[in-house]
Amino acid sequence: MEKMSAAISDIMVMTRRNVTRYIRLPQLLVFNAMLNVVLLLLFNYVFGGAIQKGGIPYIQYFLPGFLAQTVVFGSTQTSVGIAEDLSKGLIDRFRSLPMARPAFLTGRVIADGIRYAVLILLMIGVGLAAGFRFGNGLVPAIMAVLLVILFGVALTWIGVFIGISVKNQETAQVAGFVWVFPLVFASSLYVPIATMPHWLQYFANVNPVTSMAGVIRALFLGSNPAAGGASLTKYLWQILVWDAGLMLVFIPLSVRRYVQLAK
Amino acid sequence: MTSNLKVNPAKSDCSQDAIIIEGISKHFGKIQALDNISLNVGEGIVFALLGPNGSGKTTLIRILTTLLIPDGGTASVGGFDIRKNAASIRPIIGLAGQYPAVDEDLTGKENLEMIGQLYHLGNNKSRTRAGELLITFDLADAGNRRVKTYSGGMRRRLDLAATLVAEPKILFLDEPTTGLDPRSRFGLWDVIGKLTKDCHTVFLTTQYLEEADRLADKIAIMDNGHIIRVGTPAELKGCCGGETRVKLKLADPNQTRQALDLLRELSKDQMNSNSETGDISLPADGGTAILSDVVRRLDASGIQLAELALTQPTLDDVFLAITGHAAENVTAVDAKKTK
Repeated sequence: MEKMSAAISDIMVMTRRNVTRYIRLPQLLVFNAMLNVVLLLLFNYVFGGAIQKGGIPYIQYFLPGFLAQTVVFGSTQTSVGIAEDLSKGLIDRFRSLPMARPAFLTGRVIADGIRYAVLILLMIGVGLAAGFRFGNGLVPAIMAVLLVILFGVALTWIGVFIGISVKNQETAQVAGFVWVFPLVFASSLYVPIATMPHWLQYFANVNPVTSMAGVIRALFLGSNPAAGGASLTKYLWQILVWDAGLMLVFIPLSVRRYVQLAK
Repeated sequence: MTSNLKVNPAKSDCSQDAIIIEGISKHFGKIQALDNISLNVGEGIVFALLGPNGSGKTTLIRILTTLLIPDGGTASVGGFDIRKNAASIRPIIGLAGQYPAVDEDLTGKENLEMIGQLYHLGNNKSRTRAGELLITFDLADAGNRRVKTYSGGMRRRLDLAATLVAEPKILFLDEPTTGLDPRSRFGLWDVIGKLTKDCHTVFLTTQYLEEADRLADKIAIMDNGHIIRVGTPAELKGCCGGETRVKLKLADPNQTRQALDLLRELSKDQMNSNSETGDISLPADGGTAILSDVVRRLDASGIQLAELALTQPTLDDVFLAITGHAAENVTAVDAKKTK
């Protein structure tokens, strides 16, 4: 029991450290947010006209998927942060302290969850300004936000694993893009899957970004495809399986790498 | 010359071994960083591991502070086994690595408070300790500034302060003064010399012989992954080529040969000379009495002296005598010292 509360306290201390750093170094967050805002506006106004989505404004279709993309891109930042910590002497101090072993990684992941929440709310704000309208009530909308943050946290463990494996900031940055781009573009995020070649459709259909976009659409807009909505039951279990699967694989892998720093 | 800095009032009560190392080995790839190291370090002393870059000092510290698992051998720190009880060791040790391990984006105060919380001191105690240490280490004015704005010396002091937050029984300092200007170095020496009260132990590494000499009660000389000699500074100077010598310089170097003849009787064939400069040195077994003997003999023959001195042996002499190379040489193992 005492051990447990000490571990929770350690995780909170490490979370606070990371959040403080985000607040102190707003450049990273601000540019990250600006990039997302610029992308959102660009895609909406440049492609929005060309990509016809059955009469509804493109932003209705596009924003839910874009929120999924925000956390996917956001999780690559985790690799860089972890690699940065490992490349400095501070990690040795942390590892020589009597703090709970998972606290270093978990504190980072929770701080990143908070970062995603801020980004998501900002993107929704920009989306509303660009004409997006909720069509399914407040509670489902809040659920969607929580689910996309959970998705972000699950993806963050991939970022943790990459960061702790490559131990170099520049490599971590590039390594992130390798898996992020196919995930984002070969999905239902920007365009309906039906417009893709058959072989790509197989990938796009099981892509977690497709599932996540589907869940957000269903919770933001309801189940009517004509209004840009989607079937919640179809996508919800998919994304939950993805979340659980990612964490079941990448948490143990990351923790093992952390322990192996002593080898 | 040696122990003027040390304040060890309770040393006689410290009877346990703080660190026991038995046959520790570690290799990285093909490089044998540590080869069967055994060593005991008593409580309440400053122990210095002295050796050149790449001799294995950092690897040994990383093993003792639970950061690295050895390939073979065992060690205990504060009575706890490094393999089986690493979690029991961490609360009683403090580590200052070779490079300051402080968070640049936090303030000095926040850094110390964070460390206190991670030692589970609680928020109040952490805050109090942070305040005390900032004053002790002359950082009170900078406490609310981000570490990013600190000078190298300030970071070092904050780093050392961080290791002391929980008043650990055993402190590990890996090259604590490397890269510091002389003034900051003397300041740190002062602090380190006072850390051994209440049977607290300081285990430090250094490549500076002067530093080991000034700070340490006991020194282990390390080279190429081996401990090659352990002893007090005085013992080490006494053992191996590090004897007290009379050094003199003749006013007229042309008289060197004549002087050597006159002094031969005193020197037991261990005389060095340079007839170009008029430098002569010989062992001073008899202590200071030999000085007047030298002066009398030379004076009687009308040989003038330009300089005359009794020189204490330095650890440089010892290191050279034992290892066959000077202490601050960089060896090939350097590249793979830290992982």
